[in-house]
Amino acid sequence: MTVIIEARGLGKQYRSRWALSDCTFSIPAGHVVGLVGPNGAGKTTLLHLATGLLTPTAGTIEVAGGQPAASGAQLARVGFVAQDTPTYAAFSIADHLRLGAHLNPGWDTRLAADRITRLGLDPGLKAGRLSGGQRAQLALTLAVAKRPDLLILDEPVASLDPLARRDFLQDLADAVAEHQMSVVLSSHLLSDLKHACDYLVVLIAGHVRLIGGVAELLAVYRQQAGMRADLEDLVLAYLSQPTEPRYAPEETR
Amino acid sequence: MIWLTWRQFRAQTVVTAAALAGFAVIFGVTGPNLAHAYAASGLASCRGNCTSLSSTFLSQVKSDSVYPLLYFAGGAALYLTPALIGSFWGAPLVSRELEAGTLRLTWNQSVTRTRWMAAKLGLVGLIAMATAGLLSLMVTWWSGPIDQAGGFPVTAGQLSRFSPLVFDARGFAPVGYVAFAFTLGVTVGVLTRRTLPAMAIALACVAVVQLGWPSVVRPHLIPPATSTSTVSVNVSTARVGHAGELAVPVTGTPGAWIVSNQTITPAGKVFVLPDVAACNTGTQQQCNQFLATQHLRRRITYQPASRFWAFQAYETAIFVVLSLALAGFSVWWIRSRRLA
Repeated sequence: MTVIIEARGLGKQYRSRWALSDCTFSIPAGHVVGLVGPNGAGKTTLLHLATGLLTPTAGTIEVAGGQPAASGAQLARVGFVAQDTPTYAAFSIADHLRLGAHLNPGWDTRLAADRITRLGLDPGLKAGRLSGGQRAQLALTLAVAKRPDLLILDEPVASLDPLARRDFLQDLADAVAEHQMSVVLSSHLLSDLKHACDYLVVLIAGHVRLIGGVAELLAVYRQQAGMRADLEDLVLAYLSQPTEPRYAPEETR
Repeated sequence: MIWLTWRQFRAQTVVTAAALAGFAVIFGVTGPNLAHAYAASGLASCRGNCTSLSSTFLSQVKSDSVYPLLYFAGGAALYLTPALIGSFWGAPLVSRELEAGTLRLTWNQSVTRTRWMAAKLGLVGLIAMATAGLLSLMVTWWSGPIDQAGGFPVTAGQLSRFSPLVFDARGFAPVGYVAFAFTLGVTVGVLTRRTLPAMAIALACVAVVQLGWPSVVRPHLIPPATSTSTVSVNVSTARVGHAGELAVPVTGTPGAWIVSNQTITPAGKVFVLPDVAACNTGTQQQCNQFLATQHLRRRITYQPASRFWAFQAYETAIFVVLSLALAGFSVWWIRSRRLA
């Protein structure tokens, strides 16, 4: 099984505070990975380390087989939608697609144009006039159309209303099914992700508390807590009673 | 990457081009008349002592309704250009993208940070340098007749093109100043990560360099020449310093930059107006008669007019090297510090 993210002793220190420390894990390719944890748990730090926006203070991280952001080819393998989905307010949607085409050798022009048409967005519209949901869709289009091996989304639905949230995640699931990417998406609310992801990483206070395939984690948990327990009960149990890191049965390190 | 930089910088370039076109029209309309007046004055064919011809021409220029205004407007524009470009083009170049978060979008396209920064620095830097070069070309061409006649007349003498106030607005040196101001602004923006403070700091730094450079550094680029000659002092035209030292205006070195001007005693000491009746209570004539008995000499240190282009070349080279160092530093900082 190929590994899409591999961290060894990974840590990041801001001034005196460790936002993330001693994280060692590997995530197999081909999953939609939910990264869950309370606010301030280090989710954004971990994702920024995976994209190369930050460099580790300790340890190493490899993404899609290479050091993050080490070269243009490596950057091409990872798509990233940052928190609050930044876009150039003065650029039109068409300008953003041109930006993507100019800056990415693997750019899929047809995919990008089709997505914008399907979303019913006017390409001449300035990004500054889009709603939060539309801007998130534009950012996702940019990230998908570069045809990455791994797509990373930082709190992609946090600023969206429930309806836009559902549409966005449905749309993401379609894109994943169509283009065979691995995906990592973070949220502080498991309910946002539980239908979308088949792999789970729970991050608490800078440490990985729980990691594994959703089905395997649930199977183990239901043996203790009963067959009606669901993923939310499982994560809540970890959030309220911090224990030693726990790994799903098949996850050996 | 060049496409993105150009797309982001299009509006500023168009506005700047329009401003340059405006200057081109104003100078293009008035310049030929000024050149014609110079040709008619006979200065172009004058050999030997041309002082009276040039003062006739210059007083004609000074009394004109338009020429003095344009002369100083052109100089002021070239003085402001480095500060404006450093603070409005340089400082926000990276810091605004940091503040808006758009770096997190752009840095995750398939282009490394080094290329991203190189394209931005290169393209915007070249536009900035071309702007300064074109403006200086226009101002230098337009002011040519006045500079050739020795410089614009002011109360203390003439503003030769070599004098500190004018030098910065002539030739190709403004290209170097603008390159420096731009990269300084970029570096400040990268370090502060905030647009508004970076703009203010860049503006202040450029102003300090512009004001300090001509008096602190420029005189020493080439050791100044020294010249001592006998002089007859006229207290009505001589400048009197705080301690009573005298400076007799220099004539006969057209186009030179007088760095220092002292009146000295036969022993070589700086002469100070003594406490004598002739100069305390007497008439100017009596004071002049007294001074004539003192065998005073004038010692000047100056940069001859022939060194003008050497100074232009030195300063351009210095500021281009400084700006390359600043550009290299900002690229290194972005690569190693990971600004997200």
